[in-house]
Amino acid sequence: MSGLLILIPCAIGLGALALLAFFWALRSGQYDDLEGDGQRVLLNDEPLENIDRGQGRGGN
Amino acid sequence: MTTLTAPAGAAPVELDPFIAYAADGTGEICFAVPDAYCAACIQAIEGELTNVAGVRSARVNLSQRRVLIRYDQSADVNGFAGHITRSGYRNFPVDAAVDPQHDAALTELVRALAVSGFAAGNIMLFSVSVWAGADEATRALFHWLSALLALPAIVYAGRPFFRSAWSALRVGRTNMDVPISIGVTLTTALSLFETVTGGEHAYFDASTMLLFFLLAGRTLDHMMRKQARSAVDNLARLSPRGAYQLLDDGTVAFVRLADIVPGMRFALKAGERVPVDATVVDGNGQIDMAMVNGESIPLAASPGTSLPAGAINLLGSLEIVADRPARDSFLARMQAYVEAAEDTRTRYRRIADRAAQLYAPVVHLTAAITFLGWLVMGAGWHAALLNAVAVLIITCPCALALAVPIVHVVAAGRLFANGVVMREGSALERMGAVRVAAFDKTGTLTLGTPRLVRQEPDDPALLAVAARLGAQSNHPLSRAIAAAAEAEGHLNVDPIAVTEVPGKGVSAQIGNADWKLGSAAFCNAVDKDGDSASHVWLARDGQPVAQFFFRDAPRSDASAAVAGMARLGVPVHVLSGDRGAAVADVANAVGATNWQAGLTPEQKQAAIADLRRDHGAVLMVGDGINDAPALRAADVSIAPASAADIGRAAADFILTNDKLTGVPFVVSVARRADRLVRENLGFAVAYNAIVLPLAILGYVTPLVAAIAMSSSSVIVVLNALRLRLGAGPSEFAASRR
Repeated sequence: MSGLLILIPCAIGLGALALLAFFWALRSGQYDDLEGDGQRVLLNDEPLENIDRGQGRGGN
Repeated sequence: MTTLTAPAGAAPVELDPFIAYAADGTGEICFAVPDAYCAACIQAIEGELTNVAGVRSARVNLSQRRVLIRYDQSADVNGFAGHITRSGYRNFPVDAAVDPQHDAALTELVRALAVSGFAAGNIMLFSVSVWAGADEATRALFHWLSALLALPAIVYAGRPFFRSAWSALRVGRTNMDVPISIGVTLTTALSLFETVTGGEHAYFDASTMLLFFLLAGRTLDHMMRKQARSAVDNLARLSPRGAYQLLDDGTVAFVRLADIVPGMRFALKAGERVPVDATVVDGNGQIDMAMVNGESIPLAASPGTSLPAGAINLLGSLEIVADRPARDSFLARMQAYVEAAEDTRTRYRRIADRAAQLYAPVVHLTAAITFLGWLVMGAGWHAALLNAVAVLIITCPCALALAVPIVHVVAAGRLFANGVVMREGSALERMGAVRVAAFDKTGTLTLGTPRLVRQEPDDPALLAVAARLGAQSNHPLSRAIAAAAEAEGHLNVDPIAVTEVPGKGVSAQIGNADWKLGSAAFCNAVDKDGDSASHVWLARDGQPVAQFFFRDAPRSDASAAVAGMARLGVPVHVLSGDRGAAVADVANAVGATNWQAGLTPEQKQAAIADLRRDHGAVLMVGDGINDAPALRAADVSIAPASAADIGRAAADFILTNDKLTGVPFVVSVARRADRLVRENLGFAVAYNAIVLPLAILGYVTPLVAAIAMSSSSVIVVLNALRLRLGAGPSEFAASRR
């Protein structure tokens, strides 16, 4: 019985955490454009010429 | 479709209705970009827009094919469209209401779904241990914990159902949400009572799971309708919201459509639509009437010709005088017919609502009889109430409420993948009952563009000369000659200087001969038949030397579509506003059973009523402004993507890929869906017939309720998924030949 007192709040707490995380994701628009987000992975974060310059300098 | 070949003129458009202003003075506008599909498209559009002065952010939504632009006062809103065009994409402003960020109903459904899923999952953990035989103290604890989770979840997640049930009850009607709400509320109340009194059975798991399943179905249904709406919106071509008025001092000013009064003078450039019913006062042009009366051959306009609103000027610049204000114009009259014809649709009652009508009284009566029965047998009011509520729980229409929408969702997905957009579920039910089909000719069965069919005398050299002249003109018949010559390899692309006389023809000097291509009068020829519109003459030095004949050719898949309908036992009638000979040709070529020509929009509507009387439910397929009243008057209707905005708005299904074989495919999917819906309803009834006696006799424990409820829902969903099997439109048209 004492085990339940720890385990049940743990289980429900974790579930509630997941629910809150889902709400947060929904509110921040992560489900608005599933197709577009999949494609955006392919985009460069910065323009191509900047990247090329960085590599030309040799960096560490 | 003639309009597609016409040069696209810049329609004067007001952006104001599309802009949403925020409190801090920034504005938001949404443009549809129907051709965007990849990461590079996103980059091109966003890259172009973010460099525009005053733009705060531009974000492409690829699922919706839209771009949302946020900007401050320094930005030039009217320039956005030009910038997107420069990045290489077609675009037009759209209402942002279907944007996911603005769709409050969907957000509410998804949240309710998440909450009920969370509650159902956790409560099931407790329930399983209770079923496994927890001792009395643990059981009481678990019931309390379940109640703690279930009560807020049911209050939150049940709102969509409670609201809908309440609004139906308030006007004295019932819908499926009434028995759902009663069932959920009573189940929860009884479980709470059992928990407080330390009873053996609590049904919290059943009520939350029920909500979860129903919300899943409803969310899918909402997403389907939203997808359909945004797909249809993306097809919109902008109708003019105004026109450029010619002022007395020779300047032009933009006038809104609603502000146009008879007597105002307007300039109508090539590619523009006639804003209101008007008369030509100056200039010559070629007017595309395909959308207006189904006539496949353009009308030559000269001073004195009256033009209906919605016709398109293909060629030449015209000066026109408004005859009627916008509210009395042709387009507005057609709109009025469409609205007057709404009755046939609203009179239709959906299968689910008809089932609910029967279902609710039966179930509630059975529960009442159970209660009284146990009371009379001397079981005490507590046991009697327990059994009566068990009846309500076990019959709670989970499978019944899912039976219809889930089939519609699966069908809509299937149709969408094959280029057909379905507006709403009830359209599929009406489509399943179709007994006869009426097709429009111009632009629907045919492409709406004439093709060269015959030449007299048949001399390739003359065709080559005619094509050289024709290639310089935008007239559909000239283009048809050029296309025919190109197909035979006779097209000489060396540019020549041609003189075009709108409404008559083109002339040019080649070598030392003076060539003319155009009407009989222009070429000094005499027409033998009165059918002057479907042929042109070629003249050399004022002497007619050749004659070219044209026909509006059927779409390549028109015959296959008509044959497909015949296999489904649906006869096809052609209803057209075009000339009898042209209609008969096309009707015979595609194998239609029957045809009527020269119909006005009112007569088309009447023809639909006649077909309904003779055969039963009518399907109308059409694209023009003149088809809109008939599309609305028919029991169910389909429009190709190229249809006029008003026609598309009136139709239930849109063929986004413009393939006519989609029509028999829709009918066959609708019939299979209809069968599945009936199977599902039959299953739900059979399930009730089995478990109801158990419930009446008091054998239903929470375990039995949970198993029965979830298994029946899963079976209904699996049965609906069978609709994904079977042939697509192309295989469908080819099969069973």
